[in-house]
Amino acid sequence: MRLKFIEERIAKILMSLASLLVILFVVSILYTILKRGMPALNWDMATKIPEGGYYNGGGGGVLNAIMGSLFIVLGSTILGLLISIPVVFYMNVYLSKTSKLAYISRLAFDVMFGIPSIVYGAFAFSIMIYLGMRTSLGGGILVITLLVIPIFIRSMDEVAQHLPKDLLDASYSLGATKLETIKVVLLQIAPGIATATLLSVGRAIGDAAGVMFTAGFTDSIPTSLSAPAATLPLSVFFQLSSPSASVQDRAYASALILTIIVLIISVLGRLVTTYFSKNKI
Amino acid sequence: MNRILKNKIAAGMMFSLTLASISLVVLIGMGLYLKSAPIFKEHSLWELISSADWQPSSGKFGFLPFIGGTLWITGIAVILALPVALLTSIFLSEHSKPYVKKWIFPALDILAGIPSVVYGVWGILLVVPWVSEVLAPHFVEYATGYSTLSGGIVLGVMILPLLISLFVEIFAAVPRDLRDAALSLGATRWQTSKLVILRKTLPGLLAAVMLAISRAFGETIAVLMVCGNIPLLPHSLFDSCYPLPALIANNYGEMLSVPMYESALMLAAFFLFIVVLIFNTSSRAVIYKLERKFQ
Repeated sequence: MRLKFIEERIAKILMSLASLLVILFVVSILYTILKRGMPALNWDMATKIPEGGYYNGGGGGVLNAIMGSLFIVLGSTILGLLISIPVVFYMNVYLSKTSKLAYISRLAFDVMFGIPSIVYGAFAFSIMIYLGMRTSLGGGILVITLLVIPIFIRSMDEVAQHLPKDLLDASYSLGATKLETIKVVLLQIAPGIATATLLSVGRAIGDAAGVMFTAGFTDSIPTSLSAPAATLPLSVFFQLSSPSASVQDRAYASALILTIIVLIISVLGRLVTTYFSKNKI
Repeated sequence: MNRILKNKIAAGMMFSLTLASISLVVLIGMGLYLKSAPIFKEHSLWELISSADWQPSSGKFGFLPFIGGTLWITGIAVILALPVALLTSIFLSEHSKPYVKKWIFPALDILAGIPSVVYGVWGILLVVPWVSEVLAPHFVEYATGYSTLSGGIVLGVMILPLLISLFVEIFAAVPRDLRDAALSLGATRWQTSKLVILRKTLPGLLAAVMLAISRAFGETIAVLMVCGNIPLLPHSLFDSCYPLPALIANNYGEMLSVPMYESALMLAAFFLFIVVLIFNTSSRAVIYKLERKFQ
């Protein structure tokens, strides 16, 4: 056999092995979490807040963290959408393709996308101290909003950049102003909005470093924006640092709950993307 | 008239919203700098990054162990992840059949979506024991497993999906004609990938690696859980290390009583910010240019 065909064969084997390794990592992570999380997982974990002495092995569950994460995700997603839709609309309809401002803003959002959440967290915390605020649900929501805005804008912008120009022209020629054209644009970038939302929800629910100083931690479900809020990743983290084995087991169970939520979001994301790409022009 | 006015007002509002979001980057940079400025009055920048003496209570802030720790685990992560990511993405974009993609893309989705704290749990349950019981006994007498190597492995798995998705995107930008030309001259598929695709996309691949590095730099919770967090410069892969983000995460909130401590931690955040800023802008510019070239 010629050398190049042997090389081709070897390369193919290596590539298959690498791909297999990727799948192996996923299986290994899911299996490990499932195996250690399952025994400690019970209905109480997901439906009760920690009772007295929970972190020394007392009864209860992590409902406080589940609800806290939910509130933070909900709040930051709504805020993020409210901010990013107008920005994407402005960048793609009001500004021309070659505009300097559009270029700079895309670059800025790329940089924001790269800023680690710990930096957002530290920055927000020092501002909160300066303003005399305590760790609170509101603070957590604000930091996570900063975290998800670039995700929203980048993935919506991806779709909006491929808007057919004719479509906008058709709208203008019927006498619509640029603002009124938003109805047309929104319909067109709807799939982008859906995938962006799922992406950012996934990122928001899993983030621990950003909410560590800003949302704080508590055993009760937050009742107002100024009350501290627990979050699932931090709850996993704190339970894991307990010396008691039974509490550590519950950390694994909480990690399992978090993983299940994220997996559901990821599957939904796939479904939404395939559903919308069916109807693509 | 009313509609036109509305349009104008909306334009103004959206403009200011866009401007405000952009200026956030500048604001964060400035805020971090101002907050970390006080420490420069007592120590020079060189002193801060070259000293390994970290004793906040006696006013000694040597960042070397933390910078060293971050560089170590990031380096290990990239060395481990790069070959796997490169091979997988060439496989995905040049060779594989549809059914392969049907399995690998969802797997990558899951890998990208798993929260970092879950990676940390996986690291503690699987990677740390493996390092301490299987790998370390061949090299050193005793190792806890909470080590630079464990951090690097966990981080490497975490940046895999990012690297692969960037690589696949870059390969997809290469025009079909180039491949067809190489194949019709008798090159095998692997030769085409190696000699044409890889060579053509090299700047883009480097940029993608830089993006992954800047992501790895800021990773906090997962590495904090498996690195051991001892503020000494690691001498071997089995020593503990203490990366910058872990330093901020572990000490923020308790630092208010010690003078200069907050400044020092803010400086750590500022370091991360600057690295991300430089790496991101330069690599984006390269990728942007590359995609332009192929269009």
